Amino acid sequence: MKKLNLRKILRLGRSVAVASALVASLSAAQAGNMTHDHGIKAGDLRIEGAFSRATLPNQPVAGGFMTVSNTGADPDRLIGGTADFAGRVEIHEMAMSGDVMKMRELEAGLEIPAGATVELKPGGYHVMFMDLTRALEEGQEIRVTLEFEKAGKVEVPLQVGARNAKTMKHNH
Amino acid sequence: MSKLSRPLKFAIFGLLALNLALIAYVTLIAPRMNASVLDTLGRGDYALEMTGGETFTQASLKGAPSAVFFGFTHCPDVCPTTLGEVLAWQEDLGGETPLQVFFVTVDPERDTLEVLTDYVGWVPGVRAATGSAEEVQKAIRAFKIFAQKVPTEDGYTMDHSASVLLFDADGRFVETISYGTDHEVAMGRIRGLLGV
Repeated sequence: MKKLNLRKILRLGRSVAVASALVASLSAAQAGNMTHDHGIKAGDLRIEGAFSRATLPNQPVAGGFMTVSNTGADPDRLIGGTADFAGRVEIHEMAMSGDVMKMRELEAGLEIPAGATVELKPGGYHVMFMDLTRALEEGQEIRVTLEFEKAGKVEVPLQVGARNAKTMKHNH
Repeated sequence: MSKLSRPLKFAIFGLLALNLALIAYVTLIAPRMNASVLDTLGRGDYALEMTGGETFTQASLKGAPSAVFFGFTHCPDVCPTTLGEVLAWQEDLGGETPLQVFFVTVDPERDTLEVLTDYVGWVPGVRAATGSAEEVQKAIRAFKIFAQKVPTEDGYTMDHSASVLLFDADGRFVETISYGTDHEVAMGRIRGLLGV
């Protein structure tokens, strides 16, 4: 009888997870193209599909989600931001390690490689709004000023979706 | 066979015996071990205060099927999303046979009963539980949940298990719904649990 190689299984699981994440981001990117959201342009960067979610009562934090494309020849880096409804704005990564949710601040920011599209989405990278000064309500538009290393400060409007919104609503 | 040397025969019999033992372990012993661990899920002497006034103990899991998940209000994604999913489950069930749901905080330091009352109050059938650090630790151990405080620049966050645990009306663990499970798949499990 063949011995089960745990490490091999774990490795396989990880590749499957990476592959599904890739497929998910590809299909999400495609869905993004189909909305008539022309996004925000700042230098070589293009920001699309920016949204947040309505907060729960007493929820002191919220996530900001969007896709950032870099059409330039040089990498850029999302390093932080400010918003009038939050005490602090940080760039975070959420990751599932098995069944466990882990959240970390990306202290060096999030790289947007040249020619690449980076997706900030529920369950992954996100802009983290902390110490909220007011509740976010579905249907509102909120604004965050993001700071990129090269593109500088960029004001981005975010649509506030439902409490469990997975993407930006298709608004016409 | 007679041509084989004695040590080789021993080796072959040894391997055969080892295989039989392995098969016996995999088919008979291991499932029983797993079953006994899972049967104790949720059992313990924890006693937490609950929104609505009752006390959350192992007895709370008896009488009706229930779902239990752990989280905290400073949670950016998983906990609000899960509560949103729970709302969608209850809406699909149509309110006649709501699932009883317990949200247990892993962050009793910040999640007081007052904070939690509004946090879960908008979802039918959901009650939240909190208490002293010691009682919350007891509950975390009883449900075999992973929860860890992680310091940040100006505070802390919590890493924690994100699955919803389903229990039958006798308080026995049935299965989990992991974070990100498709709505219809989750509904299938909940309907199965409730027998509707």
